[in-house]
Amino acid sequence: MSLPAYESGAWAALFLGLLFGIALEGAGFASPRKLTAQFLLRDFAVLKVMFTAVVTAAVGLWLCESLGVIAAKSYFIHTPYYWAMLIGGLLIGAGFAIGGYCPGTSAVGLSAGRLDAAAFIAGMVVGVWVFAGGYSWIAPLYTAAQGPSAQTVYELLGVPAWLIVLVMVVVVAIVYRVAATVEPRFGGQLTAKDIAEGTAEASGHEPGGAARAHHV
Amino acid sequence: MHSEPRPYWHPIFAGVLLGLALLLTILVTGHGLGASGAVTRLAAAIGAWLAPAATAANAYLGGYVKAGDPLVGWITWEVLGMLVGGLLGALWSGRFRAGTVERGPRIGRGRRLALAFGGGILVGFGARLARGCTSGLGLSGGAALGVGGFVFLIGFLVAGFIAMQFVRKEWT
Repeated sequence: MSLPAYESGAWAALFLGLLFGIALEGAGFASPRKLTAQFLLRDFAVLKVMFTAVVTAAVGLWLCESLGVIAAKSYFIHTPYYWAMLIGGLLIGAGFAIGGYCPGTSAVGLSAGRLDAAAFIAGMVVGVWVFAGGYSWIAPLYTAAQGPSAQTVYELLGVPAWLIVLVMVVVVAIVYRVAATVEPRFGGQLTAKDIAEGTAEASGHEPGGAARAHHV
Repeated sequence: MHSEPRPYWHPIFAGVLLGLALLLTILVTGHGLGASGAVTRLAAAIGAWLAPAATAANAYLGGYVKAGDPLVGWITWEVLGMLVGGLLGALWSGRFRAGTVERGPRIGRGRRLALAFGGGILVGFGARLARGCTSGLGLSGGAALGVGGFVFLIGFLVAGFIAMQFVRKEWT
């Protein structure tokens, strides 16, 4: 069997999505307070998990290509549209801080029982309509500053791919080191227990309750 | 009283597992994991139901309607898998909370829901403009060492920190 297999069936999609959902929920990313604590500098889980995942997959792809398991760039790589991707990233960053989720995490937020995730998803549907409604005005920005097809960072910089992967590994190590000193100053990491207790209190499931009396 | 939830996974464990799932996805399908594409299909499907003529005539969403049922696509199955995976993980770990509105200690349910909706509008629009979201462009594009993925991530992180300065009270 040659790889990538270019398998586009529903069962593989369901299975791969299942793994994705389990990993996001396991990381704590069904909780908008856990997620947004990244931008409060309180809990670097978002950067840690995301960068660790990017490096894991990048190292795996580099190994597969070096061993001849797959051909270089035999899988989908976005063609850069510099302005659209930068401004789109800015909007998603702002919407994440305000709304508490990104599209993938809102899916696991919803399946973990959050109504605010449902409101966020309804908002995203409206956002798509706004984009589609204004598409004729937005199109020039959407297609502006197009880079070379499927352009990679190592092609842009003219260096070997392994050097970029190595730099990314170093960046991940720096993120963990910085987090270890910064997180405690801003309140520290949020545990599953913190989130559950905060949620119970805020939702009025446990008005007063044993936990609060305990502090008195 | 809710039973005590199991702790979240260590970020290294969660990150490596997520990275392996992404690597497997690329080897099996030839592309990465995504999420916002399913929202586009949902928006096309609801649009086709509420305003069929306008949706079919729309320059961006029209193609989804003409190709048949706008919901049918790889990304829809993948996101359905995510919903099941998130549910199983939350149930197994005691982290499932039916019908809660998660929010900071100083904000009411209605205001939190309104802000979630408003943030969702920005994200829905931004994901269409960027041609992907944190999953499809940031995570998958970054793993493929694509320039677009890194341009996106810079924007995402900068705007997240700046916007948080204005909505700090929502979360703390």
